[in-house]
Amino acid sequence: MLQILSSNTPRSTAKSREERIQSKARMLVDREDRCTAGDPFVENPRMSCRNVNVYYGDKQAIRDVSIDISENEVLAMIGPSGCGKSTFLRCLNRMNDTINICRVTGELKLDDSDIYDKKMDVVPLRARVGMVFQKPNPFPKSIYDNIAYGPTIHGLAATKTELTEIVEISLIKAGLWDEVKDRLDQPGTGLSGGQQQRLCIARAIAVGPEVILMDEPCSALDPIATATIEELISELKQHYTIVIVTHNMQQAARVSQRTAYFHLGDLLEVSQTDVLFTRPSHQLTEDYITGRFG
Amino acid sequence: MNNQKPMDIVQAGLAKRYKKEKRFKLIGLSAIIFSLMFLVFLFSSIFLNGYKAFYQAELRIDVFFDPALLDIKDPASANFDALVKKSLRTTFPDVKKRKEKKKLYGLVSTDGSFQLRDMVLADPALVGQNRSVWLLADDDVDMLMKGYIDRNLPQSDRRISDVQIGWIDKLIDAGRVKFRFNIGFFTNGDSREPESAGILGAAMGSFYMLAITLVLSFPIGIGAAIYLEEFAAKNRITDIIEVNINNLAAVPSIVFGLLGLAVFLNFFHLPRSAPLVGGLVLFLMTLPTIIITGRVALQSVPPSIREAALGVGASKMQAVLHHVLPLAMPGMLTGAIIGMARALGESAPLLMIGMVAFIVDIPAGITDPATALPVQIYLWADSPERAFVERTSAAIMVLLTFLVLMNGTAVYLRSKFERRW
Repeated sequence: MLQILSSNTPRSTAKSREERIQSKARMLVDREDRCTAGDPFVENPRMSCRNVNVYYGDKQAIRDVSIDISENEVLAMIGPSGCGKSTFLRCLNRMNDTINICRVTGELKLDDSDIYDKKMDVVPLRARVGMVFQKPNPFPKSIYDNIAYGPTIHGLAATKTELTEIVEISLIKAGLWDEVKDRLDQPGTGLSGGQQQRLCIARAIAVGPEVILMDEPCSALDPIATATIEELISELKQHYTIVIVTHNMQQAARVSQRTAYFHLGDLLEVSQTDVLFTRPSHQLTEDYITGRFG
Repeated sequence: MNNQKPMDIVQAGLAKRYKKEKRFKLIGLSAIIFSLMFLVFLFSSIFLNGYKAFYQAELRIDVFFDPALLDIKDPASANFDALVKKSLRTTFPDVKKRKEKKKLYGLVSTDGSFQLRDMVLADPALVGQNRSVWLLADDDVDMLMKGYIDRNLPQSDRRISDVQIGWIDKLIDAGRVKFRFNIGFFTNGDSREPESAGILGAAMGSFYMLAITLVLSFPIGIGAAIYLEEFAAKNRITDIIEVNINNLAAVPSIVFGLLGLAVFLNFFHLPRSAPLVGGLVLFLMTLPTIIITGRVALQSVPPSIREAALGVGASKMQAVLHHVLPLAMPGMLTGAIIGMARALGESAPLLMIGMVAFIVDIPAGITDPATALPVQIYLWADSPERAFVERTSAAIMVLLTFLVLMNGTAVYLRSKFERRW
């Protein structure tokens, strides 16, 4: 016991640099008003969120987040681990419903319909707002069935030919067609990690969504697969609105038009991506992007 | 000490570490060998006790199908017993005393008269003819032939007397005794006479019971597991339900038998000794196990699959039915089959609902009186005749075969339906 105490003494007296910055960061948020810096609101937004609060049981995960997402843009959400960016993303198509203790207040709108309205049906909502997850999660079925599942349950294809067409178009859009066209009947789980993630993107595209949510889609992939997905995102933004959560700031800078910075449950800044990374308005954003903590 | 390199210290300790590892491995191995030894002992003792039950002594007797004894118009009701006795008397014409005659009749099983009746029924033209017929020997003769009765014992200490042994030896010398495969063991119902007692009645009883148990417990158990795991709100009530299910799985089976007696027999007045009631009782007993294994199987499906399905807009039911359930199915099937195997080997609750009765007829439906394999084993183990000892072991072999088959099916289904991701 004595040994442990003595060995710890030098550390506890001299606080590490990170700890100092963290405590300073907390103080800052507590003191300053938590209004979001930058320009969170746009004209004619596709989705708009006002004063969104999310609680896991008693713990508040997100405080008063207000942000707009405009048509055909890529919005990147960055921030340190546990800052609530994934939680917020999962509010946008109500995937948080699967967590029992999760409670959402505030207003989230897709076009003019309230996402969290009691009458809102999550099935069509999730068809309109698709999702790609952190870990590639193809169904343990064939490549064809993976893509065909969504259109089948929604009844998007009247005939088998139409369905095959949807599968082909989705795979082409996801840039996977050339690699898998000869083995559509093989299991999707047999593909490489990057291919699996593109398969998941194709699966999301197949139901014809308007918005695609991506929760750290490249965190399990190698740099080459990551580059492929980033190219894909740049192409997809012509047809879809994309919200992407990422830990990789370079990735945010490469793929997005606007970037949102989350910090311990607060949305501190939303700016044009080039502005946020060159002239951040909030002190904490600057600390984060310059690597002072994170 | 201080100028020793760390690598040297590591090297010095290595031998000791490996020694420990070796010892640990050895302990595990000896545990396995120890338990295997018991298993081998158990199986070999059952086999050695029981394999002789699969063949059976027969005596060849010359029979004159005497028209005086057999009414041609109605052969079924004729006195075939007298025909057997008469044939025996003609085979051993020098037996005159009443007492000795009785002993002579004892050589052939009481089943012999039924054998002759079946022959005549199948071919009425036999009446009036002479035939040499193989008749089932009495169990005591069978035991003597198999060497279980010691000829050197004083006559009063064995079930078979000196004169009888003399006759049997004569028959042997004349080539009138042989062993044949004991088909009756697999095609007959129970009997007071060991030589004609068979396992089919009990096997059919077990079959009907298990069919009812499976039909009820699998869908209900899976339904309950799916609801509790996927749909039920996690609150105090579901907690209480969960605790109760776990408790029910640990309730001794005889309690379920008492429950069946009170509810199904005394309240609903269902027929006693019926596979229907047995199946219902075993269903109640198996249900908690199936629910628990079903829930475990559902839990083991990675949540990413659920999210993937919900993410493309599947409703909760579609996500469960299309994706989660197929992945959980192998585990659920294994649980169900192991539950069934446990139900097959269960005897205590069946005693409570009257399935321990002596039933000769082979049940033809779920409401006929019946018994079950383990209960049959219990009944035979309780019988005093020497020949029932080997039949008990033989019945255990049949039961074990069924259990091994069921567990084998579980393994097969598991490997067939299991999908990797």
